[in-house]
Amino acid sequence: MADPMKIRASSAGDSTEVKVLMSHEMETGQRKDAKGQVIPAWFIENVTVTWNDKTVLSAQWGTAISKNPFLSFKFKGGAKGDKIIVTWTDNRGDKRTDEAVIA
Amino acid sequence: MLAALVAAGWLKPGSAWAQAWNKAAFDTHDLGETLKALGAVEPAQSTDIAFVQTPEIAENGAVVPIGVVSNIAKTQSIAILIEKNPNPLAAVFDIPSGTEPALSTRVKMAQTSKVYALVKADGKSYVATKEIKVTLGGCGG
Repeated sequence: MADPMKIRASSAGDSTEVKVLMSHEMETGQRKDAKGQVIPAWFIENVTVTWNDKTVLSAQWGTAISKNPFLSFKFKGGAKGDKIIVTWTDNRGDKRTDEAVIA
Repeated sequence: MLAALVAAGWLKPGSAWAQAWNKAAFDTHDLGETLKALGAVEPAQSTDIAFVQTPEIAENGAVVPIGVVSNIAKTQSIAILIEKNPNPLAAVFDIPSGTEPALSTRVKMAQTSKVYALVKADGKSYVATKEIKVTLGGCGG
């Protein structure tokens, strides 16, 4: 199981800014190990962010997203104390969901 | 076959489309094919798309910050494409109404390349381009 994400959500005015730092190798499938064997691609394919059961962002990623991916965006709405839920799924079918409270 | 897949993918409603992973598009190796797979063959150049907090020169190609802001009304999705990467398509973000068409992330770049921000809005495609010079590639090993 992957390490937890770091999620920071802060409300300012009528919008909420969400910043997420995920823990993932994001292996491209282009690299070779010391024996010359290709290291298989291993990366996050889908990311979904929800607030009050509403999807506020969904993303599809390729191998070009950096190791330990970072994402930030803003959406309208969100009050202090509301919950933000972030879920990712990788190409091995591994999945991780974490949540944070809007500050 | 490819066209059929793309058409099928593109006709689905936004949320369902975003949940799937667009293998056909992510697997392409050439910018033209990628655009075709995304259903954006000749996107219009737009000055309403801006790169923010994106460097001119990236010292480390493994971690290149990219921020994209679209000022186009009804922006539905923002895709980031890196022309000289083995697979140009880096990410597709689906922007539901209520979410600002502005986001930032970090990408890997194999070498100096043009980076494209492709925006779909109201069924049309728009693009903005920025060249980022890479002094140390992100795909070596």
